[in-house]
Amino acid sequence: MKYLLLRRLSQLMILTVFLLGPLAGIWLVQGSMAGSMTLEVLPLTDPLVLLQTFFTGHSPSATALAGGVIVLGFYLLVGGRVFCSWVCPINMINDGAGWIRQRTSMGDGSLGTTLRYWLLGFVGILAFTTGVTGWEDSNPVNIVSRSLVFLHWQVIWVILSLFLFGILLKGGWCRICPTGALYSLLGYLSPLKVRSSNRETCDHCNACYQVCPEPQVLVTPLKNSAGSSPVILSGQCTNCGRCIDVCHKNIFKFGSRF
Amino acid sequence: MGNNVKSDTNTNRRQFLASSATAACGVALFGLSGCTPDDGGAVLLRPPGADKDFLGACIRCGQCVRACPYNTLKLVGLFQRGGTGSPHYEPRQIPCEMCADLPCIKACPTGALDPELTDVNKIKMGVAVLVDQENCLNYLGLRCGVCYRSCPSIDKALTLDARHNRRSGKHTLFLPKVHSSHCTGCGKCEKSCVLPIAAIKVLPRSLAKGKLGEHYRLGWEEKAKKGESLIPEALDLPDRMPEFTLPSLDEVKP
Repeated sequence: MKYLLLRRLSQLMILTVFLLGPLAGIWLVQGSMAGSMTLEVLPLTDPLVLLQTFFTGHSPSATALAGGVIVLGFYLLVGGRVFCSWVCPINMINDGAGWIRQRTSMGDGSLGTTLRYWLLGFVGILAFTTGVTGWEDSNPVNIVSRSLVFLHWQVIWVILSLFLFGILLKGGWCRICPTGALYSLLGYLSPLKVRSSNRETCDHCNACYQVCPEPQVLVTPLKNSAGSSPVILSGQCTNCGRCIDVCHKNIFKFGSRF
Repeated sequence: MGNNVKSDTNTNRRQFLASSATAACGVALFGLSGCTPDDGGAVLLRPPGADKDFLGACIRCGQCVRACPYNTLKLVGLFQRGGTGSPHYEPRQIPCEMCADLPCIKACPTGALDPELTDVNKIKMGVAVLVDQENCLNYLGLRCGVCYRSCPSIDKALTLDARHNRRSGKHTLFLPKVHSSHCTGCGKCEKSCVLPIAAIKVLPRSLAKGKLGEHYRLGWEEKAKKGESLIPEALDLPDRMPEFTLPSLDEVKP
């Protein structure tokens, strides 16, 4: 449970820091997860929306660029989709939906793991052809995080939709999210990885496959033992650490990709 | 056997319901704002320094909204047209106070609000238009003029033009007239209009402004610029006085 609790703590703390301003008047952070300014010195920018402004033909000014570089640099170090599992508020919604899904017979419906990249391409084309950051009209990641911070109650309908989506389809929104797709590209390079170091002790209990939000990333490092790397190299791994939590043989641990 | 058939039907029904609900969720998520990505005809007033490509540059982070000391700026809400999460303002609710230091522009990380705009008088967020001349009290002949008096650029952006009141035949109408070259679109006039629904409203400039043909020249302006008429003044021909004389009575006489 260790990493699960740490993740919830991280997600809630980030939301709290954002909400301290509007709720308590303590403005540590201005803005939302699309773009923020911490203590008037640290700019952070969502790389996907920044990328969209490039595609619309706008050249963002230095603050937004610096924010994007900082964010990309950070996730390049700790693992691209660390955003998905440790920061993004939708992760909590999706995990909640997944919890219900596991306890009901919802069938095996899921969307392919490559759809997110098609969607990422679509986001770019949309921005390029329309000249506006059109994906932001639908992007649940920024809509939910911003609406929470700006206390727009209508976000409840979005949250409910995401929740239902997560109950009905395995992996829910996070399976197809283009924000996650973009971060996953960083994940293919980042040094911090989950390692299945003593995989020979695996007794095939399947616990890790059950909890992993992207079980396809586990197959090669865990089962194709002959000569394959004992590192979960796929960028689609979110470094959530659930496999570390649930494995009763302690096969997994965080480590370097090398 | 009967049980199997029943469970099959159940499964099918469940699958059908599940896939329908999935589709509905998908549609709901993708069409969140229920609108096309462009402005879609939404009449929205944007913060200072936003140009026509604003929605291509804005990352919808909300920092300008937080920076606005008068809570003028609001985010476009969910399921509203015009780019959910992008900033706008409604002058009838809270007009723009045109802060000299332009905190909204300073807060914008992307330059979607043009950082080169530093003079508040050069702001062009929109332009006030006296849209309802039928109900404007000044047009009806009263001496309201509250919009005129609330204008931060009084006598430049908003003037009162005196006209003869032809209805009464003996009074003067003081007609509010907006001069778009000075109007910033702050909306103080719209906010202050005493009618239950404002007769003067701020509109996006693209909606409100017409355009004179490129080749048009206003003669009086050109003349003022040059100091004299561009073409020679009209020929001053000698005035012809009636030169003929009436025939004398003698000539007429037979």
